[in-house]
Amino acid sequence: MTGPIESPSHISHPVTGSHLGSPMVRAEGIEKYFGRNHVLQGMDLEVRTREAVMLIGRSGSGKTTFLRCVNFLEEPSAGSVEIDGVRVAADPLHARSRAHLEQIRQIRIRSGMVFQEFNLFPHMSVLQNLIEAPTRILKVARPEAVERAEAYLGKVGLAEKRDEYPARLSGGQKQRVAIARALCMEPKVLLFDEPTSALDPELIGEVLRVMEDLAHEGATMIVVTHEMHFAREAADRVVFLEEGRIIEEGPPEKMLDNPDDDRTRQFLRRFLASPHPGES
Amino acid sequence: MTVSAQAPRLPSLIEQIEGAQDRARTVFRLKFAGTWALLLGLLIFGLWATGNIDTTFIELWGPFILLGAPITILLSVVSIFFATLLAIVGAIARLSRNAYISGVASLYVSLVRGTPLLVQIAFIYFALPQFGIFIDSIPSGIIALSFNYGAYMTEVFRAGIQAVPRGQREAAASLGMPERLIMRRIVLPQAFRIVIPAIGNDFVAMVKDSALVSVISVQELLWRARQVGTQEFRNFEALLIAAAIYWIMTVVFSFGQERLEKRMARGDR
Repeated sequence: MTGPIESPSHISHPVTGSHLGSPMVRAEGIEKYFGRNHVLQGMDLEVRTREAVMLIGRSGSGKTTFLRCVNFLEEPSAGSVEIDGVRVAADPLHARSRAHLEQIRQIRIRSGMVFQEFNLFPHMSVLQNLIEAPTRILKVARPEAVERAEAYLGKVGLAEKRDEYPARLSGGQKQRVAIARALCMEPKVLLFDEPTSALDPELIGEVLRVMEDLAHEGATMIVVTHEMHFAREAADRVVFLEEGRIIEEGPPEKMLDNPDDDRTRQFLRRFLASPHPGES
Repeated sequence: MTVSAQAPRLPSLIEQIEGAQDRARTVFRLKFAGTWALLLGLLIFGLWATGNIDTTFIELWGPFILLGAPITILLSVVSIFFATLLAIVGAIARLSRNAYISGVASLYVSLVRGTPLLVQIAFIYFALPQFGIFIDSIPSGIIALSFNYGAYMTEVFRAGIQAVPRGQREAAASLGMPERLIMRRIVLPQAFRIVIPAIGNDFVAMVKDSALVSVISVQELLWRARQVGTQEFRNFEALLIAAAIYWIMTVVFSFGQERLEKRMARGDR
């Protein structure tokens, strides 16, 4: 199998970044207005192959919006995104042309997204959820797609659920299926949008464990999260956002224990006092 | 311990309560059905007691009128099918980002909903021949019913499509699915489930509205009843038979629809 989990070269979890490859994602000058509300005020982020980047910050800081701009679920007001050599520039003033839409689709094929609310397709079995896009978009032959789906289901520990319907799964199981669904497209980068925020506390662990494994196996990922312990374990780099800007970034130990910026420190102090404020 | 001392009593108490609840439910159903039977019986007896009801007419012409029922059902089934197709196309068109397409669909809905079904039926059968377009009565009826219900159901489907959570489209889009595929594979199947009860309602309504096509001589229930009723001067009996058949059909279809809904509710949602 190819894709994000193919890198046998590093198993340990070095802090230095020596295991990182060439740039895979490059977001430049991303701005976003909601009406007159300037939500993203010029964000630049480069993510290298096998790098796990965690975006942290209080709700309303723009981290989810930024993530959604990376695969154009939100159209940025300005800036550009490049994934695996496919570059798309924001063009908010014009109706999207066919060519532009196709470029966006190419970006989306190369990035897999995991949502806070899972968004599994309720009218399809788990297996059908997993093979739908590979067979129809990547034109993978059905037997091969099924084999791939079963492998990834096994990876998230749900091999026996392949014929269930999503309604019969717990929240944690749903989210693990959603991760498997994203993996089945063998994307170049995984985007996680607060994947544990909609889960009951006792179900968070099983999802974080899967994500941690992915990070340690060298999946390239961008994660919006409030799970600081997880960030410490799995991140190569932690990025702190406030008011639509990157305030500070660095390795997790430094960012979480000894950040330079006052605002980061303040966020962490408040956050650790009450770790689950109203989610965005 | 007191708990273990009481434990043997508990199952029998539960059984007693359940038994009492079952009995209450059965009694309610019996009274309910009895009320129906009593009222209907009174009605029929009252009619018979007037001595004004010609039972031989009913025996003689009842089967003739009843033969209209298959035609009524045929009209309704075929028309609900085409109406559903029109509604799917209409709803997608109404939601289109293309102003022309959305405009066409919305004008269709407005024109059809803003004019009486009876006028539409007459228009197709009586007015189109002026332009050299001759359509037989049954196809005319099907066209009119399909277009009319298609317009109403367009709004139903539009609401159904909009009721599918936005996250579903986003998840599909994030997998790289193009918009057409998202509509066909993700949105429409879920929208369809949402609107199935409404389609059932519309079908029952259509069975009754199909009586309007009697004005263009489709030989369905009402037409047959009018025909023999006028001919034999027994309109009361003839229309009573027609009404009874309509009513029985709607009761049966409503029951079937209820069952279908219950089964869907138990489904995998």
